[in-house]
Amino acid sequence: MSRKEWPLWEIFIRGQHGLNHRHVGSLHAPDAEMAINNARDVYTRRKEGVSIWVVPSAQITASAPSDKGPLFDPAESKVYRHPTFYDIPEDVGHM
Amino acid sequence: MYAQMVKSEGMKSLEDMTPEERAFQERIDRGEKIEPKEWMPEGYRKTLIRQIGQHAHSEIVGQLPEGNWVTRAPTLERKAILLAKVQDEAGHGLYLYSAAETLGVSRDELMEKLHSGAMKYSSIFNYPTLTWADMGAVGWLVDGAAIMNQVPLQRTSYGPYSRAMIRICKEESFHQRQGYAIMMKMAQGTPEQREMAQDAFNRFWFPALMMFGPSDKDSVHSAQSMAWKIKMNTNDELRQKFVDETVPQAEFLGLTVPDETLRWNEARGHYDFAEPDWDEFFEVIKGNGPCNEERLEARRSAWDRGAWFRDGLSAYAEKAAARRAAARVAAE
Repeated sequence: MSRKEWPLWEIFIRGQHGLNHRHVGSLHAPDAEMAINNARDVYTRRKEGVSIWVVPSAQITASAPSDKGPLFDPAESKVYRHPTFYDIPEDVGHM
Repeated sequence: MYAQMVKSEGMKSLEDMTPEERAFQERIDRGEKIEPKEWMPEGYRKTLIRQIGQHAHSEIVGQLPEGNWVTRAPTLERKAILLAKVQDEAGHGLYLYSAAETLGVSRDELMEKLHSGAMKYSSIFNYPTLTWADMGAVGWLVDGAAIMNQVPLQRTSYGPYSRAMIRICKEESFHQRQGYAIMMKMAQGTPEQREMAQDAFNRFWFPALMMFGPSDKDSVHSAQSMAWKIKMNTNDELRQKFVDETVPQAEFLGLTVPDETLRWNEARGHYDFAEPDWDEFFEVIKGNGPCNEERLEARRSAWDRGAWFRDGLSAYAEKAAARRAAARVAAE
């Protein structure tokens, strides 16, 4: 057992044509090609996808949980970014 | 239950908690999910590694009793179905190993602990599968009992575990139904087939009841795990639910539950039933079940005999990466 552990890959699957690739989980594989092969077997046994992306987990930079406040709280007070902020008279019709 | 007797860390009252611990508990009480990089008590992390790891090991070792019948399935269709089910179990193990790894344990470490016996897997997989009817009994009862435990775990507090459980539950119902379909076929078959079905039921009934773990009065680790929402129901609650659902299914098959004390209790609205032999359960957990050695040996041997293949793929990946790097340099 001298070998190194296979690196971890994050797997993204496009469920149907027209949809985004979505993160579905991770798996170990020696290289990108095998990561796709393994992802086919692990995550699409029931036709869950039409396309697979694999990304080395080590290549992902994530925001820190402690940054949640500074990053996302500022949007809270900006309700005018939503269409429902504006009262449009019914007479105007659908808008 | 695929995770039995998971040792949980000590339980603290809200007053004894540090501010961090209290904030954590309050998040769980509010129904928030905990994600990998977020702060968590060491005990939560350790208990989850044990539980998810044990669960993953159960999926992987659980392939063996059924793999035993792949080459002897009665028809090509049954063989394809059994193969698909066994492949699903491998997938479930992989989802769960990945979830455990988000807590800071490596895959190799988990493997090593399974092979050394430091981590356990469910007692149920230490029983042999002697006839084709056992494939029916395993799907119906063992997967049935697993579903009982896994459905509530979809709401568990740890995000990656919850997401793995959701994925698993989607696939698990096929497992139970294919098992029941085998039982129906055999129960409606020749007298010999009927007898095989009853025999399989007789052998798997009590081991299936053991899957939920010891009786609540002997289950010392529940309170903390339930407060952390990594255990959603007590062992006895789930066992009762399983019995209540399974008895009518057995009646439909025309099979007899191998428990003379089984009675519908009108007042409780539940079946009264005999507890399994807990001495047997603890012996199996300790490693003295009918197939413990065989199962672990099969796992170790698969790991050791697959080493050249894993190493070969690693070597190929390294060489291919070096070739790509050289080609880049040459092109510049």
